[in-house]
Amino acid sequence: MGAADLDTAFFAAWIEEAARTVGAEKEWLTRLDAAIGDADHGANLDRGFTAIAQALAGTEPDTPGALLALVGSTLIRKVGGASGPLYGTAFREAGKFLGDASEVSVADLAAALQAALDGVQRLGSAAEGDKTMVDALAPAVRAMSLAAQEGKEPEEAIGAAASAALAGAEATIPMQARKGRASYLGPRSVGHEDPGAASTALILAALRTVVTR
Amino acid sequence: MVGIVLISHSGPLAAEVAVLATQIGGTGVPLAAAGGTDDGGVGTSPSLVEAAIGEVDRGDGVILIPDLGSSVLTARLMEGPGVVIADVPFVEGAIAAVVTAGTGASLEAVLAAAEESRNFRKL
Repeated sequence: MGAADLDTAFFAAWIEEAARTVGAEKEWLTRLDAAIGDADHGANLDRGFTAIAQALAGTEPDTPGALLALVGSTLIRKVGGASGPLYGTAFREAGKFLGDASEVSVADLAAALQAALDGVQRLGSAAEGDKTMVDALAPAVRAMSLAAQEGKEPEEAIGAAASAALAGAEATIPMQARKGRASYLGPRSVGHEDPGAASTALILAALRTVVTR
Repeated sequence: MVGIVLISHSGPLAAEVAVLATQIGGTGVPLAAAGGTDDGGVGTSPSLVEAAIGEVDRGDGVILIPDLGSSVLTARLMEGPGVVIADVPFVEGAIAAVVTAGTGASLEAVLAAAEESRNFRKL
């Protein structure tokens, strides 16, 4: 795959792989959420990604931006928990940033991921260290931006972002939650991985799976 | 008149707070409860919230009162011209908002009254 040819089919494959992974890992995500939240994260995300498959079956967006915007709107409508507005905003903002371009470079993808992060932070007001999805997404954005500056190929850039997200998610284990439902638990939230950070890492791992195919 | 939407994770909670606020503040205020998910489970439904906003909007503005978590995030998605969030205790804020809206007060005045409820002392 060349440096600038992440096309609509690539992004559609990503969303399909993300849906598969979320489905396969939904019980693990729900277990994480049962420890410090309300035990619905896996089921909620799975419902959202299942609805995306149905939405995409009805209409075929012809640009990556339109595809991601549709993914975002569907997640907002169908998820039912906090992850709906948050992931929905992330995908919508990324889609909006990409506009009607038919192909996406590593630099575009890094900037779209930054737009997603900005949207999540505007909505939820979370900073790094609050034990949220931002703890996985922010390091992923930094890794991808750096890779873009260094002129890396998509495979390497996305690999770096996925690894950074995974490390970021694991780093939430010792944190005390300051945002979201877990923040009501205070010190009892320490010692558990944040479910939102964990699912962010899964979704970016799906992106790596697709780019290395 | 200013419209008010109560957004809760729980359908019954939103509905009962609406009953209580109506009993105290009067039945003339456009007030809607948007609690729970589309299928009646625990959570928040953007489509229920959107419909509730449409139902109470009389052209003088709408105040959204969320309980916590995804209710707040869903409310934030709906913010726009004339649609504002009151960052207030769910029960006390709802009652204060309904009482003040019933007087025909402006959006700003209803929002301010709801925010004052944060300082209500019970003892």
